[in-house]
Amino acid sequence: MQADVAIIGAGPAGLAAAAELARRGAGRIVVLEREAEPGGIPRHCGHSPYGMREFRRIMGGAAYAARLAAAANRAGAEIRCRTTVTAIRPGPELELSSPDGIARLSAGAVLLATGTRESSRVQRMIGGQKPGGILTTGALQGLVHLNHQIPFRRPVILGSELVSFSALLTCRTGGIRPVMMVEPGPHLRSRRLAALLPGLLGVKLRLNTGIAAIHGDGQVTGVTLERDGRGWHLDADGVLLTGEFRSEATLLAAAGIARDAGTTGPVIDAFGRIGMDGYFAAGNLLRPVETAGACWAEGRRAARAIAAHLSGRLPDAEQGVPLTVESNAIRYALPQMLMPEGPGRHDRIQIRFAHPSYGVLELVQDEAVLVSRHVSARPDQRIMLPLPERMGSDPVRLRFRART
Amino acid sequence: MAKAAGYDVAVIGAGVVGCAIARRFAIDGASVVILERGHDVLDGASKANSAILHTGFDAPPGSLELDCIRAGHAEYLEIRERLNLPLDRCGALVLAWTEEQTAALPALMDQARRNGIADIDPLTAGELRRLEPGLAASVQGGFRVADESLIDPWSAAHAYLYQAIAHGADLRCRAEVAGGRRLADHWQLDTTAGPCAAGLVVNAAGLWGDHVARLLTGESFFEIRPRKGQFIVYDKPAAALTRHILLPVPGKRTKGVVVCRTIYGNLLVGPTAEEQESRDEAGLVPETLETLRRTGRKILPGLAECEITAAYAGLRPASEEKSYRIRADLSEGLITVGGIRSTGLSAALGIATHVARLAGRQAARPVHWLRMPVLDQFGARDWRAPGNDGIVCHCELVTRREIEAALSAPAPAHSLAGLKRRTRVTMGRCQGFYCTAELARITKGRLSQPMSRPADRRGGNGDAG
Ligand SMILES: Cc1cc2nc3c(=O)[nH]c(=O)nc-3n(C[C@H](O)[C@H](O)[C@H](O)COP(=O)(O)OP(=O)(O)OC[C@H]3O[C@@H](n4cnc5c(N)ncnc54)[C@H](O)[C@@H]3O)c2cc1C
Ligand SMILES: Cc1cc2nc3c(=O)[nH]c(=O)nc-3n(C[C@H](O)[C@H](O)[C@H](O)COP(=O)(O)OP(=O)(O)OC[C@H]3O[C@@H](n4cnc5c(N)ncnc54)[C@H](O)[C@@H]3O)c2cc1C
Repeated sequence: MQADVAIIGAGPAGLAAAAELARRGAGRIVVLEREAEPGGIPRHCGHSPYGMREFRRIMGGAAYAARLAAAANRAGAEIRCRTTVTAIRPGPELELSSPDGIARLSAGAVLLATGTRESSRVQRMIGGQKPGGILTTGALQGLVHLNHQIPFRRPVILGSELVSFSALLTCRTGGIRPVMMVEPGPHLRSRRLAALLPGLLGVKLRLNTGIAAIHGDGQVTGVTLERDGRGWHLDADGVLLTGEFRSEATLLAAAGIARDAGTTGPVIDAFGRIGMDGYFAAGNLLRPVETAGACWAEGRRAARAIAAHLSGRLPDAEQGVPLTVESNAIRYALPQMLMPEGPGRHDRIQIRFAHPSYGVLELVQDEAVLVSRHVSARPDQRIMLPLPERMGSDPVRLRFRART
Repeated sequence: MAKAAGYDVAVIGAGVVGCAIARRFAIDGASVVILERGHDVLDGASKANSAILHTGFDAPPGSLELDCIRAGHAEYLEIRERLNLPLDRCGALVLAWTEEQTAALPALMDQARRNGIADIDPLTAGELRRLEPGLAASVQGGFRVADESLIDPWSAAHAYLYQAIAHGADLRCRAEVAGGRRLADHWQLDTTAGPCAAGLVVNAAGLWGDHVARLLTGESFFEIRPRKGQFIVYDKPAAALTRHILLPVPGKRTKGVVVCRTIYGNLLVGPTAEEQESRDEAGLVPETLETLRRTGRKILPGLAECEITAAYAGLRPASEEKSYRIRADLSEGLITVGGIRSTGLSAALGIATHVARLAGRQAARPVHWLRMPVLDQFGARDWRAPGNDGIVCHCELVTRREIEAALSAPAPAHSLAGLKRRTRVTMGRCQGFYCTAELARITKGRLSQPMSRPADRRGGNGDAG
């Protein structure tokens, strides 16, 4: 099988790219999606809000997903569901598995838009037993919104990111009444959550509190909570692990492609290119986790870069200038390789802080400050710094000087 | 296939040992029932191990354990192709990291040779690092045991069980033996699934072996001392860091921490050895997992870059003595198979033959073979084949057809845990983030421990959720 562009993942980023490429007449555009339906994560998020940026209205996840897929179809892209990409190879060439077995596909360019997932219990180093009833938000939303089923009635919720709020709403839909919400850190991780707290459906919230161990044999019977080294027991019949997203970068890992420890995603240049010829990446795969709208915009941007690549109009990767992060306060900065101007370039650097921070961000090259900006940033906030107008070929360093 | 007066043999416990014993007796023509207290089989000691098919190179010379490991290993090699069971004959490297350990190597090699293991190659640090470039530079020396191999611990045990069933054995799950009486020529067992009569009872109750012995005879000649082993599992890219099983020079008390690949393509670091009271609770302790992580990195520095996908813990049915605790009391119609501590997976088939011999039976009938599904990473996995009906578990690439097969196997999966062991669903890096809903749909009404239940209908507004 052959395509001009193959897109892996039919979430907001992949579908936006497919529609844009098809509209630009980039040839045969094939979207490969392992689920039975296109749409990505929003497909099983029953709740709002989606769609403000893309369609200028607030929609539920399922409707939003359907609308994105329809747009890609209308523009002429092909969406192949129940098709898993099992390997990416130089060429570009993909190995696929579908109900018909394995097949190969070669393409002029490939866009990886495989999204993110939440961290599992082990990645959070939670001790204890392994009974049934330990789920992530993604799994719970699938059960509640797609199956109208619930795995527990009185779970403990771990985390306070935006997605934790979404988890609370899903609980409400399923008639699940969480016993408590706990956040290991000293602050709520999402300001939106804070604003809504008073109305949080009577769920108690404890900061500085983590889950040390899970108990139960067949089903969860309780957890040991821990605060300042002191532990106590809480009865619960489930544990809901929310957030702590990481990139779905399996294909990259197997192909030995460089990843960034801060983002967990691939190292990209400003055109979204990764370390294998003809391959691009966009959406939450790049870094957990931005809104669907932001991923959609990234998909469209990647489409412009891919179209330029196919007609030989992208600057050579050799012209790249590495961006290095010189502060522990900064969790990550993206793209990792800056490029001169061209179609579909990331024109701004995306930055996330590890902790609430106040001070000055600077882009520095050879001791010359190229860009400087005062910031007051929380971890749940994306900071955007414009690319310098002009830069030499030496590495550009991102510095942060804290002020008190 | 119960006879009017009951079964010839009742095997208590469907761990790997009980399954192998049931297989042996069933093939020999006996009518067999397997009584298991769990929702599904392999839910005791056999649910978690390092999955190494040992050679017995470090077993006590002259012991029954050594005989059973050698015989079990040989029989596995003999039958595995007909059952479609995998074998990765990767070999093991026993590694010395200190002067003291280096000094212990000659005696260990000597013991291995005395135990009848032929291919023992001493290796210098340089040779070791040429064989395994990922090894830390501080390795001092070691030797290679070519026949130490990796297998699929669950497919093997399931195969033994399915083969027993193909020979007429009955499996009863949720049938906990709660007591029993020896009558004139048979046992009358009380189980939570009703009474059961059998001429011969084989107690293969693993972690509860002494308890079951006391239920049946009022006493036990051994005491189970559960010993926990915790493991961490690295995601597949880590498996490129070593081909061999990396063993330490054993300490006074334990075999020590092993680093090895799994047949599924991951990499394990573990187990620990921790004495405890509880026979059910194999709890994970974050600090211990952290220690394992550090230990792993000292052996294979490349692990620092690798992602952990899972952790698990198992309980060894150790007793107050090191040896296997196998005893036949034929006048009482009872064979006790206890204390199969840390080599039961390798020895199971050998133990089964030993037990059948104790009972005075031998093979008489042609054997029915059956083919197990392929779960090893490099085997002909179903996702590669036409008609697989699509992938459900994306991390482990488990197809709908494989799940359906496990739900309608000779001993079908009754719990999610049982389904995991038969197919590997949800055992990968996402631990169910992507496939939980789909799995719940497929298994609905088919597990005795369901994954989910209908949502409550809330009164009032349909909400934003
Ligand atoms: C629980 C939850 C609630 C959220 N709520 C909101 C909200 O209210 N508003 C909002 O704006 N955002 C929300 N988000 C974020 C939003 O859903 C994501 O930002 C968006 O879906 C990311 O789009 P994407 O295209 O990058 O990835 P995804 O939507 O994750 O899509 C990736 C797709 O790739 C497919 N895929 C992966 N690997 C392969 C492969 N090897 N072969 C084939 N296909 C593959 C996957 O099946 C998936 O369909 C939420 C996220 C979560 C998890
Ligand atoms: C950490 C660890 C690592 C190991 N690594 C290896 C290895 O690499 N290679 C190797 O060869 N071996 C290894 N082993 C050892 C091996 O796993 C064990 O020897 C083996 O699983 C013991 O099996 P079993 O059938 O005797 O016991 P079990 O698996 O415990 O089976 C006993 C069964 O009896 C049932 N039962 C108990 N009481 C009753 C009752 N009253 N009525 C009915 N049923 C009952 C239980 O539910 C259970 O299913 C390891 C073990 C551990 C814990």
